[in-house]
Amino acid sequence: MPEVRPVTEATHKGAPSKRSMRSLLASFEIDGRLLGMVLALAVVWVVFNIVSGGLFLSPRNLWNLSVQSAAVAIMATGMVLVIVSRNIDLSIGSILAVTALVMGLVQTEWIPIDLGLGLNQPYIWIVALAVGIALGALIGAFHGFLIAYFGIPSFIVTLGGLLVWRGASFALVSGRTIGPLDSTFQLLGGGPRGSLGETLSWLVAALAITGLVYGIVASRRRRRRYGFPLRAVWADVTLGVIGSLVVAGAVGITNSYPWPPVLAAEYAKEHGITIPPGGIPTGVAIPVLIAIAIAVVVTGLATRRRFGRYVYSIGGNPEAAELAGINTRLTIMKTFILMGVLAAIAAAVTSARLNAATNGLGTGVELQVIAAAVIGGTSFSGGVGTIAGGVLGAVVMQSLSSGMVLIGVPTALQDIVVGAVLVTAVGFDSYLRRRRA
Amino acid sequence: MTAAESATATPTAPIVEMRNIRVSFGGVHAVDNVSVDLHAGEVVGLVGGNGAGKSTLIRALSGAHPADGGEIYVKGEKVSISNPRDARTYGIETIYQTLALADNVDAAANMFLGREITTPLGSLDDAAMESATREVIGRLNPNFQRFKVPVKSLSGGQRQSVAIARAVHFNARILIMDEPTAALGPAETAQVRDLVTELKSQGIGIFLISHDIHDVFDLADRISVMLHGKLVGTVDKDKVTKDEVLAMIIIGKLPEQVSKAELETLTT
Repeated sequence: MPEVRPVTEATHKGAPSKRSMRSLLASFEIDGRLLGMVLALAVVWVVFNIVSGGLFLSPRNLWNLSVQSAAVAIMATGMVLVIVSRNIDLSIGSILAVTALVMGLVQTEWIPIDLGLGLNQPYIWIVALAVGIALGALIGAFHGFLIAYFGIPSFIVTLGGLLVWRGASFALVSGRTIGPLDSTFQLLGGGPRGSLGETLSWLVAALAITGLVYGIVASRRRRRRYGFPLRAVWADVTLGVIGSLVVAGAVGITNSYPWPPVLAAEYAKEHGITIPPGGIPTGVAIPVLIAIAIAVVVTGLATRRRFGRYVYSIGGNPEAAELAGINTRLTIMKTFILMGVLAAIAAAVTSARLNAATNGLGTGVELQVIAAAVIGGTSFSGGVGTIAGGVLGAVVMQSLSSGMVLIGVPTALQDIVVGAVLVTAVGFDSYLRRRRA
Repeated sequence: MTAAESATATPTAPIVEMRNIRVSFGGVHAVDNVSVDLHAGEVVGLVGGNGAGKSTLIRALSGAHPADGGEIYVKGEKVSISNPRDARTYGIETIYQTLALADNVDAAANMFLGREITTPLGSLDDAAMESATREVIGRLNPNFQRFKVPVKSLSGGQRQSVAIARAVHFNARILIMDEPTAALGPAETAQVRDLVTELKSQGIGIFLISHDIHDVFDLADRISVMLHGKLVGTVDKDKVTKDEVLAMIIIGKLPEQVSKAELETLTT
């Protein structure tokens, strides 16, 4: 959501004269809500860290947290768009299961046995992934078609989908567990082998920082070309520096988490290397990289493409969107296709991490994803929500659950806390919005 | 065709002609066999009480709700308008009574909704759209400054500016204004009136829908009156009095049919 601020205020060149929170935010042109969420997350982290005696903010726990958040974050990016357009998708957990099983069958039975090509072929992982994504897209398209062109409420269609695809999952494998999976495919799930290692991780960090700086400079140049008010230079520089530090810091943390000794010894023997004194740095996990890439791509779709503009307009005023000549039905259908694709990618990540696919995979994950989107500031009345918020929401949810496990909160109490936090967060947010309006 | 209408007919072909338009909802004939036309540089007021069918008639022209029967001609050519996109390709722009704005996005996003400017790679060119929006709205409403906020936080007049800017930016030849001043204060109403006069001088044909007969009398060249889904008649503004138009609106009688006694009961 763009911040509320008269354009004339943006032209100041030096540091702000009034250091009130609002004017400071205004000069950075940052969404105040997103910043509030980052602060809330920081509070959660610090509290857990104190209670757990420093365990929570250890590189090992943060690395695990990043991997555990990945699947929900991947799906939350799509769920934000679905909810923004005033719909809901309850079927993603079941889509996740059925696509995971099909991907599992492709790599363990259909290609190696039925086609007789053998296990662990180098191309198997990508074929399996492509088949899974295609299936997810197809299921999403089917749901979207029923919703957009037949006018059946999305709640009903996807509730039906939740049951149908869960049942189909069981029928597909008669309840068997499909595994172990292809060794390359497994890398999608993370773990020390499914991580980038030190050098590649720093390379990714360098790329991300370059992209960030380029983005700031390009946006400045574009605005200058049209003679629009520019953001103050000091604000742009500060943003760039903070962004770069966050990227470098996050990658630094993943690199300071060494491989577990047993695995490291095995790996060192395989490759004939000696383990360095600090252990082998793990680096950014592949599923985390996938989640970040997806968040960037979907943010681009949401903010820089017609599709996203239409999704938000439909959420803001469906009738206006229709009168503006937008193909609202196709747009809605596309959001469900995207959701299906993301569920399939999350299925790959989840099953690869478990090294198995079962028909129970992803049970209840739709609720976590919806909660992540909503905690991230997506409004059920439509038209409001950001992808970054959804991803942050996923991290908040995962921080709460893994933090409570870490400090030994009983399972029943964990659910109570998560439920209460969800309602409180949304209640607080709508209270703030009412006051601001 | 009424006598009054043929008297005002100009030698040029009308820019829009709607012939025998019918729209029904269930068994109700919301618009029943209505014919109206509009010339370039002309303002035709479309008046009638609530439920007279004027908005429904015009929604058939804007593509919001296609007609069930009848024909529409644009510049003498028969056209078929089945959705808002069709209407736009014929240069028909509409300012709806509700303004039809997406409240959660900014002025530029609304102005270009459905017709975004994109870069060669297909990305939205927000800077180009903002620039064009600043230019157009700056002309319509020089005080307008809040280009980066969702339009829901704008005032009624500012929102109206956005809706009007959208209609005029894309070189409309035919403009439909549905109750353009209903939600506005006196100063803003005056602004809209000036705008109507200016657009008219540019050769744009305007259908002005209003239930405010004073508005219509000040701005329109001809007035078409509807009652219960039927066209009562179209009259030349200079040849009728407000009371006579009122009689058409309320009892559905043309000036030559209405008696003095009936006129007096209306005005007292």
